[in-house]
Amino acid sequence: MEEMAYYPGCTLKTNAKEFEESLLRVFKKLGIRLKELNKWYCCGTVYSLATDNLMYRLAAIRNLIKVMEEGYDKVVVPCSICYNTLKQANLMARNDKEAMEKINSFMDEEPDYDGSVEVLHPLELLREKIDKLKGKLNGKYACYYGCLLLRPKEVAIDEYEMPTIMEKIVEALGGSVVNFPLKNECCGSYNVVSNKEAVIDRVYRIIMNARKNEAEAILTSCPLCHFNLKEMQNEIKKIHADFVDMPIYYFSQIIEEALE
Amino acid sequence: MNLLEKVEELSGQNLYACYQCGRCSAGCPMVEQMDLLPNQVILLVIRGDQSVVEAKTPWICAECYQCFTRCPKEVDIAKIMEALRLIKLRKNIDYIKLGELKNLPQIALVAGARKYTG
Repeated sequence: MEEMAYYPGCTLKTNAKEFEESLLRVFKKLGIRLKELNKWYCCGTVYSLATDNLMYRLAAIRNLIKVMEEGYDKVVVPCSICYNTLKQANLMARNDKEAMEKINSFMDEEPDYDGSVEVLHPLELLREKIDKLKGKLNGKYACYYGCLLLRPKEVAIDEYEMPTIMEKIVEALGGSVVNFPLKNECCGSYNVVSNKEAVIDRVYRIIMNARKNEAEAILTSCPLCHFNLKEMQNEIKKIHADFVDMPIYYFSQIIEEALE
Repeated sequence: MNLLEKVEELSGQNLYACYQCGRCSAGCPMVEQMDLLPNQVILLVIRGDQSVVEAKTPWICAECYQCFTRCPKEVDIAKIMEALRLIKLRKNIDYIKLGELKNLPQIALVAGARKYTG
């Protein structure tokens, strides 16, 4: 069986266990063993945007070094936020020699890193295996990409304004997809920590957009989108009494169900 | 160092590249929650108007990069918002109290801690 290095990130071990479990089973069925890195750290969640804050990028670089040390040249990263952070850090490693000189000389025990590892999202691998994705999937799905699989455009796994990668997978499995203009609009992200009302507002708009297009469920690959889309629904009901729940799934849950 | 120089150094962006077309604000999903439009933030920084440091907008920015993706001049506005947050955070003025947060997954907590505390 083909084997690939796999970086789970913290949330796939806690709030998003169903994401990890379904994803590993789906890949096993497709003949790929996702082998968890023997050692990994939290990626730092959000990519630091300040020119002088290299410290917040260290964790991401250290994880990429672990991939290299364990003998792999690629790593599969399912969580959209981890994917974005590792991918952006990797681009910095490839393009910003000055920053990497500082990081490499700061890190004592690790070997130097130059961006040689390739960071992949599982949806990119599934796109390559699409002829193997046959199933009897029922239902109409709204595929929600959010921000971090697509932007900045240098890290995009698909066309960054109008992605179709998830739709193609759902259709290959026999499911239907709906038009979903808000599929790449932000759910409010970490505003849930400081400004929950803004997130409630965002989530309401996104779910109603899916519903008006007759979606029966929304698919995502981001544990924070998943949390916001799912958990804000109870808050929405306090404002809009007629609101009806919308199921939220990780894309891998749907694929697993279809392949069975 | 004046406000504009500070923001340019922290963000690595040339704010004068912005010609106020407003595409950032048209596409911003969080704009209804903001007290200043993203393009107005740039304008005020250029003018050296210190009130922008106290504005809500930089804290509402969810770093979704929609503005950057659509900017015809490729100004990375998310980095400008980060610079404005850091002007407060590096004076040890936190935007949230982590100890008061409840019922949130770690992915939200770590992101919040990194964006809203110094």
